[in-house]
Parts: sequence; C-alpha cells; structure tokens
Amino acid sequence: MELTYSPKQKAFRQEVRQWLAANLPPEPLASYDTREGFEQHRQWEAKLFESRLSMVMWPTELGGRGCDLIEWLIFEEEYYGAGAPMRVNQNGQLLLGPTLMEFGTEAQKKRFLPRMAASADMWAQGWSEPNAGSDMAAITSKATRDGDGYLLNGQKTWSTRAIFADWLFGLFRSDPASSRHHGLSFVMVPLNAPGVTVRPIKALNGKDAFAEVFFDDVRIPLENRIGDEGQGWHVAMATAGFERGLLLRSPARFQYTARKLVELYQANRASADRDSSLGDAVCKAWMDAQAYALSAYHTVGRLSRGAQIGAESSTNKIIWSELDLRMHETAMRILGASGELTGKSADGHDWLEGFLFAQAGPIYAGTNEIQRNIIAERMLGLPK
Amino acid sequence: MDFTFTDDQQTFREAISRFLMTEAAPEMLREIWETDVGRSPDLRNKIAEQGLTALSIPEAFGGLGMDDVAWALMTQELGYYAIPDSLADTAYVASALIAGLPHSVAQRGEWLERIADGSLRVAIGHPVNPLVADAGHADLLLLAHGDEVHAVPRSQVDVQGHGSLDASRRLAQVSWQPSAATLVAQGEQGRELWAQTLNRGALSVAGQLLGLAQRMLDLSVDYAAQRKQFGKPIGSFQAVKHHLADVATQLEFAKPVLYRAAYALAHNEPNAGVWVSQARLASCEASWLAARHGIQVHGAMGYTWEVDLQMFMKRAWALDNAWGDRALHKTRVAEYVLSGAAPLGPGYTFED
Repeated sequence: MELTYSPKQKAFRQEVRQWLAANLPPEPLASYDTREGFEQHRQWEAKLFESRLSMVMWPTELGGRGCDLIEWLIFEEEYYGAGAPMRVNQNGQLLLGPTLMEFGTEAQKKRFLPRMAASADMWAQGWSEPNAGSDMAAITSKATRDGDGYLLNGQKTWSTRAIFADWLFGLFRSDPASSRHHGLSFVMVPLNAPGVTVRPIKALNGKDAFAEVFFDDVRIPLENRIGDEGQGWHVAMATAGFERGLLLRSPARFQYTARKLVELYQANRASADRDSSLGDAVCKAWMDAQAYALSAYHTVGRLSRGAQIGAESSTNKIIWSELDLRMHETAMRILGASGELTGKSADGHDWLEGFLFAQAGPIYAGTNEIQRNIIAERMLGLPK
Repeated sequence: MDFTFTDDQQTFREAISRFLMTEAAPEMLREIWETDVGRSPDLRNKIAEQGLTALSIPEAFGGLGMDDVAWALMTQELGYYAIPDSLADTAYVASALIAGLPHSVAQRGEWLERIADGSLRVAIGHPVNPLVADAGHADLLLLAHGDEVHAVPRSQVDVQGHGSLDASRRLAQVSWQPSAATLVAQGEQGRELWAQTLNRGALSVAGQLLGLAQRMLDLSVDYAAQRKQFGKPIGSFQAVKHHLADVATQLEFAKPVLYRAAYALAHNEPNAGVWVSQARLASCEASWLAARHGIQVHGAMGYTWEVDLQMFMKRAWALDNAWGDRALHKTRVAEYVLSGAAPLGPGYTFED
C-alpha cells in the first residue's frame, strides 16, 4: 500500500488541469438531450480528441494516449472537478469501444474506434425491446441472413439519444429457431440506413432523451457483426459488465456532486437547519462518495495485480445510482420551495435536472433488483 | 499509487484466520461465557505463542514492528471469530500508547517487551469509554486524569464489574487515585497520546465490526442456502437474496475506508481522525445491517440462544458505541466537511 502519486502521475494531473482551465467552454453547454446541445457536446468531444483527452486509456493508434487506470482516475477527477460538460458519447466509447477492442476484427477497430474517440460517429444502444427489458434474453428483433449481409427487422427501445445519433449497436436474433440467449448476434447499424425509423420518447425532463427504433428490412453487411454469428449474448455480456462496472460512472462525478451539495447546504444553512437531519444527510453523501472513490482505487489496484472484475461491478452500480439519488433528494430538501423552479439554482447548478435524471439511475444499465440478484447468486453463491 | 495489500500481508491474514478458526470455534466461545473470568488462559497462551501479542511492538523490544495497516486486516479476523479476549486493546492500542510515552519513563521498554512475550495485559481507561474493558484481568491499567496518562498496576485500582449484552465482554468501573508515581505523560504530550489512542481504539473497533459483519453474512448465506420452505432453499427467493446482497454491498464499500484510515494513521496524516471516523461510521452501518438482515434471514432461529448468529450480533451491537459513539464520529466528520476550509470533491482522496 503506497498512497502517493508518482511524479509522472502528478505531471499528468497538472497537464489535464491546465488544459481544462484553458479550454473549458465559457458558458455551460445546452442539455445534450436537445439537438442544439447534442451538437455542442459533439464539438466539445472533438476538442478533447484533438488533445487526445477524449479516451485517455485507449492506445495512441486508436486515438487515445495509452493511460493506465490510475491515470484514467486522475483524468476523471480533474475533468469532473472542473465542472466540465457531461460526456455525450459514452454509450459508444465506454460500452461498444471495449467490446470492439476485445471482439472486433482489426478492420473494425480501425474503422470505428478513432471516429468514436473523436465523436465523429455518435452511438446509441439497441438492447431493450418492448418485451425484453430486464429479461434481455427475450429479444425477438431478427437479423436474417441474406447473401453477404443481414436483413434486420423488429423494434428496439429506450435507446438513449438515438434521435440524434449516427449509429446503433445491439443484439438481434440471427437464428430463427433459437430461444433465450442462444442464436443472437451483435451488430452495428447506421441509423440513416433505409428502413430505419427513429421515434423520440420524451423522458421525465420533457426532452427527447431516448427513442424507439424500428427496423423494416434494414440491410447491413456481414462486416457489421462483432464476434461470431450466434455469439452475441457472450459479446453483449462482456459489454454489460463494462457498463455496470467502474468505467461508466467514475467516482469523480459523484464526488463533484457531493462537493456541490456541501456548498449548497452551507449557502442555505439558515433555512436548511430547521430540518436537523439535513446536515447529517449532506455529510453522509460526502462520505459515501469518498467510499466509492476509495473502492475504485482499490479495484484498480487489484486489476493491475491481475484480478478480474466480477459480480462486484453490480455492487458499484447500486452504490453510485443510490448515492446519486440520495444526493439529489437531499438537495431538493435543502432548496425547499424553490426546488420545483425550472432552470438553474442560485448556485448555478441545475439540481432539478439532476434530480430527474437521478430517478433513472437505479433503472438503467440493469435495474438494481437485477444487480442484487447477480450479487446474491454470483458473489454469495445463493441458489437461482 | 497502490491501494492494495502485498502478498505477504494477505498471507499473514490467512494464517491468522486458520489459527483462529481452530482455536476460537463458536463452541469454545460458549464455554468461556460460562466461566467467571470469561477469558481462556489456554487461548491467551496460544495467541502469545503465535506472536500475535508482539505484532505492533518495535523490533528493538522483541516485536514485529507492524503498523496500523496490518491491524486493519488483523482486527477483521478478530471480529470474524469474535474471540473472547481483548487482544487488540493490549497488543495494538496500548502498545502504541506505551511506545509513544516519553523515553524517560523507566518501565517503557520492559512493558513493551512484556506485551510482546504475552506476560503483560493492559487495559485502557480512555475518557470516551465510561467503563474499562478487561480492567479486572489487566496487569497494568493506562488511565486518564485530564490530559495526564497514568500507568497504574492492577493492585492499586478498585474494580467494579458490569455485565454486558455481549457475554464475552468484561467491563468495569475503575476507582483509583492519580499520583506522581503513576504519572507517565502530561500536558500537550498527554493530550496527543489520548487523541492517537482514541483513533487506534476506534480503528480497532471498525475492523472488528467489518469482520463481524462478514461472519454474520457468511452464516446467513449458509443458512439461506440450506433452509427449505415451499420446497426450495429460502436463499432462492429474491426477498431473501436482496437482504443479503445489501449487506454484501455495504460491506464491500466499507472496507476500503478502513484501509484508507489505517494508512492515514500509520503515516500520521493530519486528517487521520476524520478518516478513522468515516471508517467507524461505515463499519457501524455495515455491521448493524448485517445483524438486522442476518436475524431476519434466520427467521425464528435467529432469535434463539442456540444459533451462533447471536454471538456475532451481540458483539457488533456492543461495539457500536465503543471508542466513540456514532455521534462523536459524525461530529468529527461534520466539523471537517462543513468547516469551509477542507478541500472537498474529486482529487482530494489521497492528498490535500
């Protein structure tokens, strides 16, 4: 155990800090759930990419800078600590990216990853269907072999920002005789292909935050499949593991919210302290965010010693989603009657928007009930 | 930056676990409860033979010179087996206090050597604990008089025992008279020693609580996998699974806080006390939940004297307020977080 940063790590932190100070947008960007905001965020991502800061852990030839996990944590700390914009292309960069690196051909990696790092291509997910939510193996959308390609038919839903995105990745049933997790293939589809219809779904915040996507004889070439035909479930599970795990929600994001919450409480203490439980809730939020950060460093250390992330990625997902919810609930209680007012709060932070989005945390990326099942069965060994 | 344990540290922990698994089985705990002293000389001797009393003692005095980080592992094992002994009080908390005494204290070296060889048991009367654990069995008591530290032989104190929820605990009210002969530290030095002692006592409890939580979780998982209702193991039902998954989650996220606190103490970090209090609060919550969900999963059996769960539950409930109650630790965290001067937010997890 040696809890100090090396000179190289410190220098990297300084570099990121200085770059952000020089390059952060002067005004906060519009919400990425709007077309205007989405394009602003795409431009911001391009700027990050120019300095090889969009995907710091990716190899240099794919548009990254080959950082290790500790450097990634440092980057995230500086990034969120500076209040930098939300990352608009995470579904591609953090879910599909690692999958392509593990299962993709060299040609697929070269074709998709650098453009993904630059956010030249924006990616949406295609997992859920109207009748395949938590029970993802109930997928019925089909990929029918047709010469040197597939014809896609069916419907996907809850596809985040698909109305604005360029590509979709997801699971389709390529073996019509198969059931459950057999006979599925993992494919990538351009959303401007003939036969694709994307219909926005208004989320709780009133914006087109996600969409349903219809496929009507959409033709894609075979080279848009990742991994072997029929192996899609295996490929997707690896992706789902990354999603639940550390990468999607780094601790820095929640440490930043915890700091804002402490500041919000301090600024409103006269009224907040009428409820004697609020100070306690604020301190607890700060401690829990610290605990998540410590757990991340512990996990990263174990990974670098050769350990694998297993079912504990499910504990991560529960921790960050429930922490985020509690922090925003506490903020709403501190704000009191002004909490319902739309727009930014007096501290410049949009607590209401965050509160609404926090409601989704325990649901997306596998509901927390599913995560608890995974923990019980795979970590604790309880029977199915 | 490496927030993990070395292979040596892991091996050390496994060795302790194997030793206690054999020597501190639940049946033995129950036997010791029935005795008046509540302690086993046999177990004590074996602990000393294993060198466990010597872990923290500097090498110059016949010890192994291990630091707080090793105790973060050791105390979890002590909790896991709920040993009927106050080993950590003597071998960790008191040995650090004695090592920190002015070198002018003539008996300092002798006390350290005798802790190492297992012939000296020390009880600590910190002002934060109203009663003194194992006062009746100690050879030497380290007692507070204001900021002063007094080292008082057992023969010079009057001890009035009190029963505890945990039948393995031996708590006592201690009456004594401070004198120049017993004074070993005072003033700023005394204050600092008591502050450090509180942190080590609280860290020791935090580690034990996590070990207890792990044991309660393991017992509950075993029970839920075996007990059948409606023709299936009850552990196959989601309501039961989720109770235990919640315990596992809290426990996993409390451990790194314990390790961070231990490292802060070992390196004399200025905010070590804040980390210790965070570790305490996280471990209190994890062990409290492990007890509540553990008894629920055990059903009526959990409410019996017969099932082993009770020993670990009761130890956890008893320790919840030892070496500072939650209010004390919450206050220490709040004073730091709400001071307006502390660096909060991402990037300050390891360096201020």
